[in-house]
Amino acid sequence: MLDIREISKTFNPGTVNEKLALHKLSLHLDPGDFVTVIGGNGAGKSTMLNAIAGVWPVDEGRILLDGNDVTPLPEHQRAWLIGRVFQDPMMGTAPNMQLVENLALARRRGQKRGLRWEVTKEETEEYRERLKVLGLGLEDRLLAKVGLLSGGQRQAITLLMASLREPKLLLLDEHTAALDPATAAKVLELSDRIVNEHHLTTLMITHNMTDAIRHGNRLIMMNEGEIILDVRGEEKQHLTRRELVDKFAELAGTPLETDAVLLS
Amino acid sequence: MSVSSYFASLSLLKLLRNMPGGVSQGLIWGIMALGIYITFRLLDFADLTVDGSFTTGGAVTVMLILAGCPSWAALLVAVLAGMLAGLCTGLLHTRFGIPAILAGILTQFALYSINLRIMGMAANKAVSVDKYHLVLSSRNVPLAILTAALIALALVSLFYWYFGTEQGSALRATGNNPAMSRALGININRMKVLGLAISNGVVALAGGLMSQYQGFADINMGRGAIVIGLAAVIIGEVLANAILKRRLNFYGTLSFTVIGGVIYYLVVVVVLWLRLNSNDLKLFTAIVVALFLAIPYWRELRISSFAKFRRKGAGKNA
Repeated sequence: MLDIREISKTFNPGTVNEKLALHKLSLHLDPGDFVTVIGGNGAGKSTMLNAIAGVWPVDEGRILLDGNDVTPLPEHQRAWLIGRVFQDPMMGTAPNMQLVENLALARRRGQKRGLRWEVTKEETEEYRERLKVLGLGLEDRLLAKVGLLSGGQRQAITLLMASLREPKLLLLDEHTAALDPATAAKVLELSDRIVNEHHLTTLMITHNMTDAIRHGNRLIMMNEGEIILDVRGEEKQHLTRRELVDKFAELAGTPLETDAVLLS
Repeated sequence: MSVSSYFASLSLLKLLRNMPGGVSQGLIWGIMALGIYITFRLLDFADLTVDGSFTTGGAVTVMLILAGCPSWAALLVAVLAGMLAGLCTGLLHTRFGIPAILAGILTQFALYSINLRIMGMAANKAVSVDKYHLVLSSRNVPLAILTAALIALALVSLFYWYFGTEQGSALRATGNNPAMSRALGININRMKVLGLAISNGVVALAGGLMSQYQGFADINMGRGAIVIGLAAVIIGEVLANAILKRRLNFYGTLSFTVIGGVIYYLVVVVVLWLRLNSNDLKLFTAIVVALFLAIPYWRELRISSFAKFRRKGAGKNA
């Protein structure tokens, strides 16, 4: 489904801030793979997701998605293949537009946008049904401006938006990190449900070791722009936090540095 | 002149006589404000092209009418000319990577030369309503009000429809959250260029109407158009929120933008009636716009500010 072949990216080349963010990184995902991504700050996790999404071009390498070579395509031209939820709940929705308008925009992700009316009656009914499933009472707030909703609600909406038009690949970039623990758990549970329901191929970055182990069928660990650990299936299910932390120290040559990781 | 004789000299009748003329000109500014609303509010793009494209609209209209073109057709060509100007600004911004405000200033600057060329190197071109059939004229104010109001209504309806379509919604999304828009497959550069073209088309239409109304096009007729447009947009918003409150929808917002233009110009009529120096008008307008733009910011400050701690004498050693 996703085939990343030796991509590299260096930010600010030739300056004092030069940073090698991705180093000849390769990754293959089978259809239906739900991969959690962990690693310290600056390991290149978000950079990898941004490279896949096409936020900027990579320096070298190739990215194939569902048989399409998307390497030369800018972000908006590969959006039809990819659903995304960002870390910042403000980023995934248009605050001054109604909830129903946001959903209608997402439903046309990557489609030609013509002069047909954006919000139709049948679609509104469909949105109402799908919002009901979220269990957040949002089905009664279709006409509310999204900016009036809470961070957790907006993140749940973004998740729904990412899956309204079924993506070939779902990218979750620490999408629960900015939420309070209770809301985060809810949004995570919701992510699981949506991924399973549609059998979405998914990459999910998280800072939380337990979440990384508990969710998905495969786990990768990154360090300095490379994948240093890739476990799946049975082996992944039986991982413990302790083992992961030890593995990191062994493979990266340094202890996993953040408290957030150790405490989580 | 003493204060009492100054007031005695003001004739209320004269003010009332000037009101209809104020309404008709206000409607034309209101139509222009619709264009500015698209860039300023929907695209979040402060477009300074309009000072130039307003004049372009006037110049094209007058020259075409003088050349024998029907006045309504001249207006259509003016719209196209305005759209071309917007396209220029859009390309300067998206293809040349020039910041929004500077891109607009560059086009506006260039348009001064172009407008002069359109008018055959004359700073002023008259088109007499006696010789030509015009869409509207200050000679017949009631008819001018009716015509301008109908055009405004048609534009408000057209925009209400367009910004409810898939394409129009994508344009609004671009202004509201560009990162999200890209992630949803919207080509935000194309949307910005499109929005600028539509906006300047409307502004040029207003310029064409103004030139017919006043019977001439002038190289400086667009000076300050952006500020007048902003004033209209802001006055409209304040009024709409006060009157319609929660019932305010997009149709209301657009309508009140036009009404904002009318109110603005009626204030101008009053200021002139008070025999204040008309040269101070631009200063007056700028102050009003600055104050209204500041209000949301100040409101925010009331909720969270450093100053409230200063008041209690904190900061000095406790």
